[in-house]
Amino acid sequence: MATINYWQKEIETMKRSELEALQLERLKYIVKYCYERVPFYQKRFDSIGLKPEDIKSFQDVEKIPFTTKDDIRDNYPFGLFAVPQKQIVRMHASSGTTGKPTVVGYTRNDLDTWSDLVARLCVAAGATDEDIAQISFGYGLFTGALGLHYGLEKLGASIVPASSGNTEKQVMLLKDFGATVLVATPSYALHIGEVARDMGYTPDDLKLRLGLFGSEGCTEEMRSAVEESLGIFATDNYGMSELIGPGVSGDCEFRTGMHIAEDHFYPEIVDRNTLKPLGEGEIGELVITTLTKEGFPLLRYRTKDITKINYTPDCPCGRTGARMAKIMGRSDDMFKIKGVNVFPSQIESVLVTTPHIGPQYQLILTRTGFMDNIEVVVEVVDGSLLERYAELEKLENSIRHRLQTVLGLDCKITLKEPRSIERTAGKAKRVVDLRNKGTI
Amino acid sequence: MIIKQISVFVENKSGRLAQITKVLADNNVDIRALSLADTTKFGILRFIVNEPERAEKVLRDADLTVSITDVIAVSVEDQPGGLSRPLRILDEKGINVEYIYAFVGAPHDKAFVILRVDDNEKAVKELQACGIPLLCTKDITKI
Repeated sequence: MATINYWQKEIETMKRSELEALQLERLKYIVKYCYERVPFYQKRFDSIGLKPEDIKSFQDVEKIPFTTKDDIRDNYPFGLFAVPQKQIVRMHASSGTTGKPTVVGYTRNDLDTWSDLVARLCVAAGATDEDIAQISFGYGLFTGALGLHYGLEKLGASIVPASSGNTEKQVMLLKDFGATVLVATPSYALHIGEVARDMGYTPDDLKLRLGLFGSEGCTEEMRSAVEESLGIFATDNYGMSELIGPGVSGDCEFRTGMHIAEDHFYPEIVDRNTLKPLGEGEIGELVITTLTKEGFPLLRYRTKDITKINYTPDCPCGRTGARMAKIMGRSDDMFKIKGVNVFPSQIESVLVTTPHIGPQYQLILTRTGFMDNIEVVVEVVDGSLLERYAELEKLENSIRHRLQTVLGLDCKITLKEPRSIERTAGKAKRVVDLRNKGTI
Repeated sequence: MIIKQISVFVENKSGRLAQITKVLADNNVDIRALSLADTTKFGILRFIVNEPERAEKVLRDADLTVSITDVIAVSVEDQPGGLSRPLRILDEKGINVEYIYAFVGAPHDKAFVILRVDDNEKAVKELQACGIPLLCTKDITKI
């Protein structure tokens, strides 16, 4: 086994008791910091009679009200900044599919922290200062590209800031510059692989060995497909612009869950309905308190991402930071049917890997009597199935069988004509719930 | 002796057939023979047209799932036993028929049968050897 590299070994492998002491100290500090500097928090605390001094232990965290994306929007653009404008040296914003984007600001210290956190996850994934890293995220307000850029640069890798788009040129650069690391969304990496093949290259023609993927959910199936397509080892990392950008957590080379940078982020998992904290290993919504951010600190921010956390420090890499599972979906998207919690992402991972159908789908929930029904609507795009009815039936049965295996639910499969599922300009409407309201 | 057949995936919903045939009408594609088999959920519409390649294109452009396949068309006597003879020949030679549909054209003493078999080349050879008349694309256009 090769030696394991760390970026900030002392912190990354800190004893949990020491780490927790550090967290608690920082937690108390950031609560006071927010209360004193951000009128929004002061008003929130005062309205429920909460004082920063009331937060003395991790158990007290539950008393702090949640912060949501709407709160950030309501204070657009700079209302939640905790320092005067002069100290803000960088701004980023989320894409904001509806309405105004959410704007975040960084102080000089924040940028330093951020690049260290990204360097940590890059090293954990196996990147070194010998690597040539092509960044195929779109540069701009989005935190992904510049986050990875400065983290990898701090690590000492050679950066190729290719940005996204013009895929043939991406392939040319990968080939000619001999990049060993690719930073992209998994779906774009898959596309780069396809184009490379179209251009006559095999994975052996490229020096790529490592993928640092993020910014969109990625099922295991998708990750394997990317690994095969490019001949690489692929890792996931997690973050969001509100929290800092990439750097909140990331896979190490053992991929036992994404190690959370707990010295900078205090994570909780809460029940998505009751919002009560859940125990270790339970699946719920990830809530994060930033412990050290100066420009844009957040207390108990509801990420809407569903995952679970494992605190046992037994990862072979030696890092002691808690590990979060792959994001299983957005809590907004989850639905319950026949008592089973279902994320569209679970169904999607089955459909994406099913041949003969298109990538669009819709899930229709209905109720007959006391029975919930789920109908999965997909589009048949492959004319070669039209020779025999049996082929279409086989397709239906194979989808049904695979969903049964994954969800334990019997789904009705409906094959439709191409383009018969409604397309929207923004986010696709995947779930149509025709059951009575208030029953979920 | 092999002719092109168009297959289209059709959802079971009212007016769908009218819409699809309108696409062909608007593009001046002439339907020569047609068959529609359906289940409760969807159907497959198959037809023989005067210009199959163009028909395929206009249907595809209309966002339909389309395939184009080789079938054979035989001309049979429009009288009892007319259809039985070519089918017997295929059976004896071990050629499977996947599906079949028939239409009557002018001259009125002839019926035409579209056959989808598992081995087109062999079917053509065996039927011709037994003197069964087969139609080519040009013949179909003239019907």
